[in-house]
Amino acid sequence: MAILPPGENWFHQKVAKDEKIWMGLAFVMSLFLFFWMIIWHVYAKQNPSFVTYKTTPEEFYQLTQAFIEKYKIGEENGIPVVKPPPGSDVFLLGRQFRWEPVLVLKKGEEYRFHISSLDVLHGFSIQPVNMNFMVFPKYDYVLTFRPTSAGEYAIVCNEFCGIGHHMMIGKIIVEE
Amino acid sequence: MAVAVHEGEKWFRTCDVTGFKVDIRAEKIAKVNAVMAVVSFLIAVVAALLLVLTRWQLFHLLPVDWYYRVLTLHGLDALVFWIIFFELAALVFGSTAFLNTRMSSPFAGWLGTGLAILGWLLVNYTILTGNADVLMTSYAPLKAHPLFYLGMILFAVGALVIVTVFFANLMIWRRENPGQSLPLFVYGLMAAAIIAVITIVSGAIIYIPTFLWSLGIISDIDPAVYKLIWWGLGHPSQQINVAAHVSVWYLLAFLTVGGTSINEKVSRFAFVLYIIAINVASAHHLLVDPAVSPVWKVWNTSYVMYLAVFASMIHAFAVPSAIEVAQRRRGFTKGLFEWLKAAPWGNPAFSGLMLSMIIFGFIGGITGVVNGMEQTNIIVHNTISVPGHFKGAVVGGTALAFMSVTYYLIPLLFRKKIAFYGVSKFVPWLFGIGVAILAVSMYILGAFGVPRRHWDITFSGGPFTFTFNPVTDFFWALFGIGGILAVVGALIWILQVVVSVFFGKPFNGPQDLQIPIAEPPPPPKKGEHEGFAAPGTFVLVLLFMVAFIIFVALNYGWLSAMWEVK
Repeated sequence: MAILPPGENWFHQKVAKDEKIWMGLAFVMSLFLFFWMIIWHVYAKQNPSFVTYKTTPEEFYQLTQAFIEKYKIGEENGIPVVKPPPGSDVFLLGRQFRWEPVLVLKKGEEYRFHISSLDVLHGFSIQPVNMNFMVFPKYDYVLTFRPTSAGEYAIVCNEFCGIGHHMMIGKIIVEE
Repeated sequence: MAVAVHEGEKWFRTCDVTGFKVDIRAEKIAKVNAVMAVVSFLIAVVAALLLVLTRWQLFHLLPVDWYYRVLTLHGLDALVFWIIFFELAALVFGSTAFLNTRMSSPFAGWLGTGLAILGWLLVNYTILTGNADVLMTSYAPLKAHPLFYLGMILFAVGALVIVTVFFANLMIWRRENPGQSLPLFVYGLMAAAIIAVITIVSGAIIYIPTFLWSLGIISDIDPAVYKLIWWGLGHPSQQINVAAHVSVWYLLAFLTVGGTSINEKVSRFAFVLYIIAINVASAHHLLVDPAVSPVWKVWNTSYVMYLAVFASMIHAFAVPSAIEVAQRRRGFTKGLFEWLKAAPWGNPAFSGLMLSMIIFGFIGGITGVVNGMEQTNIIVHNTISVPGHFKGAVVGGTALAFMSVTYYLIPLLFRKKIAFYGVSKFVPWLFGIGVAILAVSMYILGAFGVPRRHWDITFSGGPFTFTFNPVTDFFWALFGIGGILAVVGALIWILQVVVSVFFGKPFNGPQDLQIPIAEPPPPPKKGEHEGFAAPGTFVLVLLFMVAFIIFVALNYGWLSAMWEVK
């Protein structure tokens, strides 16, 4: 009786058989979910990185500019297009309200992304593969990607960053 | 069960329906908080309609600045003010009337209520005047007007004062009733109150420096620290709701069919697990953030090895089994589900209870676990799946439970007859089905990568463009229909409450009771406890487990098809 104190001896009442079985199942499921995340870390290929460097907006801007100058192959709608060699460090800068640069990558190769922001928080969302990560100012988030499919991909900003948030869209081209 | 009222204790009235003695001073405070809850809910619902009609690109109603403004308004009024005000009312009323005891300090009760209302005013004012277009989370370095942060702080302090009064009331009760155990409903509220203290302290730790930063006194707020501590407020505050609405489920099971937890120790144990494990959920929002390590993420995001999920699954058996056992004792023993078929489905509080449990478990709960697992979060984070999840958890679960119990509060707390009682039986269905459609379609849209908090997913004005899978058009239409159904259901409910409370006919005693209160079922027959106590419930929870496992497997399957990342 939810609105009255429980009956005498409530603490020593035996748990019904079905409730006991259910609690057992639920507990096993809980432990399974917990250990599954650890197992996935060991055996699977999609795990969020935790490699992070402290940076400043100024420093990260410099790094990105140097990276763009080094590997620039053109320009699209005012945004530089960059083709870094496989296995290299890639710098991607988010700011109100654009992503820089456009990246040309090779399918099946590994790239070490450094992602940071010049101003507020942004969301790094690759579409249509639908992988999503957070971008902070002052933190250089290092994510090692291996694109496993070719084609044109959009980088959608999916963390509210201000009035022009919906215009913040970038591009990654993955070549065969 | 009614306790004799001492002479001279003139602040009590004796309820002519339940026999409880009710402290009139507490009752007034509870009423004001309940009214504030409904006003906040009205703002949130109107905002919701505007948002649905904006994100559904067919209408794209609001201009960009007003979209984010109304989104901020909706988030705070729905997720914070409506629910917390309702819980403050429940804490004040629950710790006095349900314990036949008095209010420890009416002054503190009014002080807390006043501070909370002042905070509510400041926050709503700054948002509507365009001074706080920072969304609910107000992630630094986005900056709002100082009065916005001050409003949040005042609201939190007000809530904390009332939580303190709640504990003081429990102490009075303890002194007057040595050796007794709390009723389960109040026990659950106590769990909610303990979680609330931890939540509000986190809120203070982050809002006070942010307030000083907005005034220019502090030069810098670290964005990662802000996000970590803010979610120590943001997520656990939703766990207050879980503890509170599970308490309401137990209460409704009792009021609608006379159901009692078949094992009070088990139910209480589950509430204790909530207190222990549920506070670490800040991690749910940091799984794809820089800076925090996988060990921290896995331990915290799993609520310490999923103890809180375990607790919810215990309640998932305990509440329906309470209903089943009560119904079986009444003689509805045929097969697995006669008890369910013969249940009082015409009682809006009962249908609301059932829908609240189903939507919370099957939609809110399952998606919540998948969203909160470290790796699957990669394919969920900041997509519209996230609000899809909490539409299931907080709107379908908490809000619907609170709406359902309000049908009892109108006669018993406000002493008014329920206006348009005839339509009540449709309201939970309209609202519940609407929310379910809305939540599921949002979750599916998110699986296609559609972002949350986004004014225009055609990216007009951007340097590039992207077109989401055309299948999403269908789910946007469903989203719109679900949203509108839910809004209509909510508006009918609000109309009923407002007309009843402010213009309703007075409630003069049991003869005026429109919504039935169930008689307790006959006592158990011998031998009932051998074998399964609630076989029907057992089948239902197994069904839930199967759905749960399938959903986790599907999401990890999708994840494994994505690019490799480490």
